Amino acid sequence: MRERLPIIIFAIVVAAIPLIPGVPPFWIVLLDNIGLAALVAMGLVLLTGVGGLTSFGQAAFCGFGAYTTAVLSTAYGLSPWLTLPLSLLVSGVAAVLLGLITVRLSGHYLPLGTLAWGLGLFYLFSKLEFLGRNDGISAIPPLSIGSFRMLDPGSIYYAIWVAVLISALLTTNLLDSRTGRAIRALRRGHVAAEAFGVQTPRAKLLVFIHAAVLAGLSGWLYAHLQRAVNPTPFGAQAGIEYLFIAVVGGAGYVWGGVLGAAIVVILKEVLQSYLPLLLHGSGQLETIVFGILLIILLQLAPAGVWPWLVARLPLKPVGKRPDTSLALPARARTPSEGGVLLKIDNARKQFGGVIAVNSVSFDVQAREIVALIGPNGAGKSTTFNLITGVLTTTGGSISVLGRKIDNAPPQEVVKLGISRTFQHVKLVPDMTVLENVAIGAHLRGHSGPVSSMLRLDRADEEKLLAEAARQIERVGLADQMHQLAGSLSLGQQRIVEIARALCVDPMLLLLDEPAAGLRHMEKQRLAALLRDLRDGGMSVLLVEHDMGFVMDLADRIVVLDFGTKIAEGTPEAIKTNPAVIKAYLGVAA
Amino acid sequence: MLFLVQDGITNGAIYALLGLALVLVFAVTRVILIPQGEFVTYGALTYASVASGQMPGTAKLALAMGIVAFALDLYAARRALHVRPIARAFLTNIVLPGAVLALTSWVVSRQPPVGVSIALSLVIVAAIGLFLYRIVFQPLAHTSVLVLLIASVACHLALQGLGLLFFGAEGQRGPAVLSTAFTAGTLRFTGQSIAVYAITIAFIVGLWLFFGLTLYGKALRATAVNRLGARLVGIRTTLSGQIAFLLASVIGALSGILIVPITTLYYDTGFLIGLKGFIAAIIGGLVSYPLTAVAALVVGTVEAFSSFYASNFKEVIVFTLLIPVLLLRSLAAPAVEEEKD
Repeated sequence: MRERLPIIIFAIVVAAIPLIPGVPPFWIVLLDNIGLAALVAMGLVLLTGVGGLTSFGQAAFCGFGAYTTAVLSTAYGLSPWLTLPLSLLVSGVAAVLLGLITVRLSGHYLPLGTLAWGLGLFYLFSKLEFLGRNDGISAIPPLSIGSFRMLDPGSIYYAIWVAVLISALLTTNLLDSRTGRAIRALRRGHVAAEAFGVQTPRAKLLVFIHAAVLAGLSGWLYAHLQRAVNPTPFGAQAGIEYLFIAVVGGAGYVWGGVLGAAIVVILKEVLQSYLPLLLHGSGQLETIVFGILLIILLQLAPAGVWPWLVARLPLKPVGKRPDTSLALPARARTPSEGGVLLKIDNARKQFGGVIAVNSVSFDVQAREIVALIGPNGAGKSTTFNLITGVLTTTGGSISVLGRKIDNAPPQEVVKLGISRTFQHVKLVPDMTVLENVAIGAHLRGHSGPVSSMLRLDRADEEKLLAEAARQIERVGLADQMHQLAGSLSLGQQRIVEIARALCVDPMLLLLDEPAAGLRHMEKQRLAALLRDLRDGGMSVLLVEHDMGFVMDLADRIVVLDFGTKIAEGTPEAIKTNPAVIKAYLGVAA
Repeated sequence: MLFLVQDGITNGAIYALLGLALVLVFAVTRVILIPQGEFVTYGALTYASVASGQMPGTAKLALAMGIVAFALDLYAARRALHVRPIARAFLTNIVLPGAVLALTSWVVSRQPPVGVSIALSLVIVAAIGLFLYRIVFQPLAHTSVLVLLIASVACHLALQGLGLLFFGAEGQRGPAVLSTAFTAGTLRFTGQSIAVYAITIAFIVGLWLFFGLTLYGKALRATAVNRLGARLVGIRTTLSGQIAFLLASVIGALSGILIVPITTLYYDTGFLIGLKGFIAAIIGGLVSYPLTAVAALVVGTVEAFSSFYASNFKEVIVFTLLIPVLLLRSLAAPAVEEEKD
């Protein structure tokens, strides 16, 4: 309840403003516009700030919402309340179609793709006959409840702000859930998220639709506020402005979208009404000043005004320690204990002319710790990537419990009970340790986006967080549970990755240089943990350069050099193997 | 039919120049240079103004921006004020634009030859480009591509507004750079279009030589690949940024000067022209210069044909052309894991 308090106060203030006697009606118009912009910006926050998908095309989705209701309520006489779901549907379907094309675009292509169809749709709105070409559609009926018709800005005000508050709540709920964590992981690249079963294209499409539906809602409200639509507010200029709003407010924060909308709308209004008086100038003085002020604002608060503000408030979120008594069902283990768990048979990987992994064969038994060692560039991490499906093999086969898995996508491999850590830590630095680790349990939860928005996912969610907390305690980072992952030392971040991998409830744990950056005591603790895991029935395959650590820990060692296996055996045998010594020291000792 | 191709190639050559500049700036500074269009209009309209004996407001803007840039330099160096760097900053930030302003106001009333007008316009816009980097983007160099993009759009707004202030809402045309013309078969080649081709080719070759053979060019490429690495080996990344912006503004202004004799330019025409250069740059993947040039020719030709056959849907066609290309490029170069901030 405590964390809801600021929102309730905000809602009361918003509800009270029109009731204060003497508030100029013009303020209400401004607040209406802020609300409309905030809806779109909120979607952009999710899409761009959180999901990392920059879109210039959001104004076009407003257009879909507005034109749908305009056409249906004028030409076909449908009630505006009936057109609401249809407007949202049209925006959503348009998002699916455009999204299927655009979310596949990577890097800089994506924003440009959105700019392209944003412009294309704008010209389409202004050329199509049944949308009234450049003149648009007028005489749209107002919203009404019974005989109460929302004709003036003051009466539709409540409709707009109820929509803003509900959307903000649903969006924050979504972000604080299993699906939300998957979305928040998108911005940092897809390899880590996919290694834990997140279907990244689907997650991207989801945020795309969410943002489009919010924009469609804004468009629907806009049409009934203005009671006329024309193409101008749905062009590229508007699309860019929404992005402004999101960035100025704080692109990573839902309430940043609302704050940004307030800042930009009010700033523009003030400039438009006072600058000409002040300077007696004609022309676009306000755009000049607006542009300059925006640049100054960005230089002062590059992350946005909202986080800048929050950092200066005495409100500190208190992380609640999850109730670790809740348990998730464990993986059904096959009874064939003691058999071959992972078998790599003549695996090859070729990058152009370079053979990174050259016909390597080895296996990992159940309850065994196998170390994969070799000089830099020996192909160890590539082997990991072949096993986990990040890379596809050029030849040979990889099987788990006798079932071939070669070239299955990472999301399938993790389902088999193989989880991993990365040589270069891949955590989401602006998420807490707990949230990062909970991504590991992604496949063990079931709540989808809709139930997350409506908070029907809490039972599922508590179990996921309980599992994450248990694994964090197990690796000894209980005190850091609620810190941001990016604030930890590199060694601790590696340990967080192990906890995340453990959340999968794996049969086989792949660790890529887990001991790098750890101090002596921490290494000993890590070794003890790994032995513990093995004795509990787990197998571990690790790449490591710290020979002391490897020799003490591993049951068996496989040595690679230039992509080829040059030795395999117990630590004692490897220590004295002449080929290994030659590979490391360059001469036979 | 053939004249459409010719038209397309002339337009395409301009888009190619702009595309090259965009690629250059993005690669070095991660800024998607939306104000590129303003460099075009500023160059074109400054040239047209000077040639018709009017004082261009851009000359004053250059001095004003220089003063702000100098103030920022002073503020940045406030803990260790040394004479030589400050003198150098004073020279480039104040003396240079001041001298250009004085020269411009002396020259405009005296019917300057075409060459002088061109040179003055180029220097003015180049100074604006340089100071724009110093004032806006250098302090933001560490932020994300998104923030840089928004700052870039904000610059575009401010500069476009200033453009209206300086040049008014009426369009202008400038005198031809080359006024000869000849006919080959059914096609008529004006000297202007020949100049467009020649300068585009010269720039493409020049950039290629610059990046391949000179130390500065290599430093720029190094910065593009890895900022931190470049700094570690002693490349001043701010210098790279300044060079990139300088080149981009010169290219933009030159494009403007080349087209203003052919088409009437308004204070806000630049945005759409820049956008098409942008499309070419994207098709070129924001990395490859030759591909960008080829793509620009395609964009120009498609535009010429669609404006002839379906002028109503000209922009729709040009912009939706981008989507299949983007898709193909995205699929052809699948997801490399990006380290984002």
